[in-house]
Amino acid sequence: MKNFSIALRHNESVSILDISGELDAHTASQLENSLKSLIDDENYHIIVNCSDLDYIASAGLGVFMAYIEDVRALGGDIKLTNMNDRVYNVFDLLGFPTLYDILNDEREALQSFSTN
Amino acid sequence: MANTKNIHKLRVDASTEHLAQVRDFVAAHASEMGLSGKDISDIRLAVDEAYTNIIKHAYRNQSSNPVEIEIGHNSTELWISLIDQGDSFNPSEYKEPDILQRIKDKKRGGMGVYLIRKLMDNVQYNTKGKTNEIRMVKNL
Repeated sequence: MKNFSIALRHNESVSILDISGELDAHTASQLENSLKSLIDDENYHIIVNCSDLDYIASAGLGVFMAYIEDVRALGGDIKLTNMNDRVYNVFDLLGFPTLYDILNDEREALQSFSTN
Repeated sequence: MANTKNIHKLRVDASTEHLAQVRDFVAAHASEMGLSGKDISDIRLAVDEAYTNIIKHAYRNQSSNPVEIEIGHNSTELWISLIDQGDSFNPSEYKEPDILQRIKDKKRGGMGVYLIRKLMDNVQYNTKGKTNEIRMVKNL
């Protein structure tokens, strides 16, 4: 049963991952592989668009925890956008909004990359 | 609990392949009981975290081991139990995760127990012989 998928787009130097479905301990490795290959290819400006993400468990948040330091140390960032309320609530319970750039939409995220 | 009715049980192997099935099982019964969307979301996530911890820690990813999930309710509470025969969890040794420090250390995990406690009204761990039970309660 496939309940999670990822698509990759680019907007100039920014890589955008559109994630959809349910992100849990079973599907987290797919996100991990995508982030890893972006970083390996020296793409450090990353937006993760969560508009079609229905569900996230802590294993999903763990993937963001594992890579954010490396990406920031290389001058980039992982910005998260378009979360629904239920997904945002999980990030919020764990205090992520003070540690990660969580934005309303992709346009804001693209702007914040271009002004940095 | 004498007046508990309608107990539903599901038995699955300890594999992340079954996570969606386990979430859907508890969500379907919580929905039947008339819980709000917010409460159903909380229960989905709490059972996901508890089951994931059993897979990873109690059974150390040995996926042929069984996990039993029970959901039931009475007039005042809904409860969910997950039962395993793996390594037991000692809640007295548990510390709340420092997320910033974990990010710095490039560590992940350790957030499940914290989330379960935030999402549910009461959480108890019982070990009898080789059997461990985590019992999570939502007040109705």
